[in-house]
Parts: sequence; C-alpha cells; structure tokens
Amino acid sequence: MEVKINVNGRVITDSVDADMLLMDFLRKHGCYSVKCGCETTNCGLCTVLMDDVPVLSCSVLAARAAGHKIMTLEGLQEEAKEFIGFIANQGAEQCGFCNPGFIVNTIALLRENPNPTDDEIRAFLVGNLCRCSGYDGQLRGIRDFLNFRNSRKE
Amino acid sequence: MLTIKNYVRAQSLDEAYELNQKKTACVMGGMMWLRMTGRTVMTMIDLCGLGLNKIEETETEFSIGAMVTLRQLETHPGLNAYTKGCMKKAVQDIVGIQFRNGATVGGSIYGRFGFSDVVTVFQAMDTYVEMHKGGIIPLAEFVKKPYDRDILVRIIVKKQPLAISYQAMRIQRTDFPVLTCAVSKLGDEYRAAIGARPSVAALIRDTEGILAAGINDDSAEKFAAAVAAAAKTDSNSRGSAEYRTHLAKVLTQRATLEIGGQL
Repeated sequence: MEVKINVNGRVITDSVDADMLLMDFLRKHGCYSVKCGCETTNCGLCTVLMDDVPVLSCSVLAARAAGHKIMTLEGLQEEAKEFIGFIANQGAEQCGFCNPGFIVNTIALLRENPNPTDDEIRAFLVGNLCRCSGYDGQLRGIRDFLNFRNSRKE
Repeated sequence: MLTIKNYVRAQSLDEAYELNQKKTACVMGGMMWLRMTGRTVMTMIDLCGLGLNKIEETETEFSIGAMVTLRQLETHPGLNAYTKGCMKKAVQDIVGIQFRNGATVGGSIYGRFGFSDVVTVFQAMDTYVEMHKGGIIPLAEFVKKPYDRDILVRIIVKKQPLAISYQAMRIQRTDFPVLTCAVSKLGDEYRAAIGARPSVAALIRDTEGILAAGINDDSAEKFAAAVAAAAKTDSNSRGSAEYRTHLAKVLTQRATLEIGGQL
C-alpha cells in the first residue's frame, strides 16, 4: 500500500507492507537516530514526535502514520542544541545509544512544561531506559540547563 | 513477530464490524500488546479514523471513545476532578509517557488484561461499555464475557457521587503491578476492585454492610479482610497467591481509610 508521511518537514511517499513499523520506515528513509532497543515497547529508544506527541515508533504502523507529521532527532537538532551540552557536561550521554529517544522526549517535556520540577522530569522521562548513566546525570543536566535558561531571562 | 497481510482504516463502525467477523481479522488499539504477539492477522482493522479519540463530559456522564489514549485519561481535568486524581494515579506507572500516548482505553478494556490498572479503576466506578452490536452493558458484566467479534465503541462513566482511592503494588515503577486495588463509595454503595490477582479485576461489593455505619479503623479492617477473602488469587512470577491475598487486605484497608477521609 502507498503512504504519504511528513517526516521532518518533507513529505515522503512510499509503498509499504501492511505490517511495516514506523521505526523501520524512518530508518529506511535515513533517520538512523531512531533505533530498536527492546522489542517489548519498553525502552523509549525509538521515540519520535507524531503530531508533536511523543510515541514509540516501534509500535506504530507506517500505515497508521500516513497523513501525520513525524519529527525525529534529525529534524529537531536546533531545539536539541539548546540543552544537550548540559547533559554532556554531566557525563550523562555515556555510550549514546539511548540518547536520541531521550532527547526527543526531553524536547516534548520542555514544550509541554517549560519549567518542570525534578519529579516532573523524572515522571516524563521514566519511559526512556538508560543502562549507563543511572539517570541522575541526565536529571542534573536538564536542571543545569533550566537554571541557565531561567537566569538569562532574569 | 506480528504479521499483518492487509491494513484497513475503517470508514465506519459497520465496516469495521463486518471486516471483524472473520476470525483472521483483528481490531487494533494502540498495538502495544498486539505487537508482541506472534500471530498472523489477515486484516488489521484500524479505528483511528472514526473520531473515537475524544473524552466528552456532560452533567451526568463521561463518554470516552475507544481510541482515547491512557495519556488522555491521565491528563483530563474533568475525569481527574471526578476521581480525586485516581485516574492519573492509576495509569501514571504504566511504562512511560510515549507508551501511554499510544495505548488506548479500548484496547485495555477489550483485552480484559489481568494486569490492567485501567480495568481496576473503572470497575470502582459506575462504568459501562458500549459495543457496536451488543449495546451498552455494565463493565462488571463485560469483563466476565468471552471474547467475541463485536467492536468496543466507547466507555461510559455515570457521574454518581463518588469517593475513591486507587492503590497498586509494583516491584518496580513502570513494571506490571503485583496487585491493583480501587475502593470507592458510589452513591450509597461501597465496592472494591482487585486486579492483577493475576487475573482480571474482580468487583467485590460490601453486601454485608460492613461499612454501612461509617469508616473507622475497625470497619476498614473488617471490610479489607472480607475483600481479601473474596478475591481469588493465584501465583505467577511476580508474587504468590498468599502474598497477593495479603496485599489485597493491606491495600483495601489503606484505600478504605483514604476514602473515609473524603466523606
């Protein structure tokens, strides 16, 4: 079947199998930041924004995504640049495998709640598993970014 | 691995129903659970184009479309005001935000999953399911029915006066629950729903009037003991039947005392 999906601002038309996952569609079209980490809809590695809402692209059919707007990290780099340095400064990027999903979900968090508390950060990012960092470094990085950004506003 | 031969975005409930009469067809909700099955589906029926992704609130009820996501339940101001925040509490530990943006209430209810926090919390309210051909039936009746080829259209929650508390025990946050518990006073009736027993949430009513004279430490303990005795439990990798029965008593007592503070 033929689908049209807006990926990072570009409409892609392609023929897909009925059971093709959005994650595989995105990788086929060059979005290699989107990865499969678990096969159990648990790890958050494959997080993308679908109509600005974070979803697991491993559990969305490409056919269902037809007509929708998908953003991957490739299309969110300017927004990500604002805070990823703060996370790296905490040594929280580590092996890097989980980072794309984590960063995309952090963008979703900051769009929905520009000034989250630590508990709100933890609650929003709980679906992004990381086997290296222990999560505290990621939290400190986001907190440092928010403190820096808010101090600039004052 | 899930194999799908044909995908159909249904244009009407009638079309979805007709397609679903074949045993090799399947209606998809969020596809979170379905994806992990190894089945082969000849026709996957998607209801995403039927406008069933809305929560409508009137003076007397909530009407929750089958394609409403768990995240919508979690963030709906009206539902959370009515349930004293229990709707959010019930779903907030289900995997993560991205998962809850995909998982649908229709999938959770139709699946009648034993581990479902969603079934448990809805069992504690005056909840009905609307089936396309089967009409409107109480949720407590629906969860006992065998699977059929009907289409779940929406969930209806009648706005009766409600005091409610939701409790769950997890070994680790975001994991499946070991036991779920919702206790409510619905109008004049006290009820408890015990889920993840590990089978689907059972509804237990205070038919003996243990709480009729009011909630205090003594009546809460007696009600909890009665609920724990009535809720049949089994063992699995997350806990033994004995542990679950113990949890049922502790969580019911805790929840009962909590709703006592709301009255």
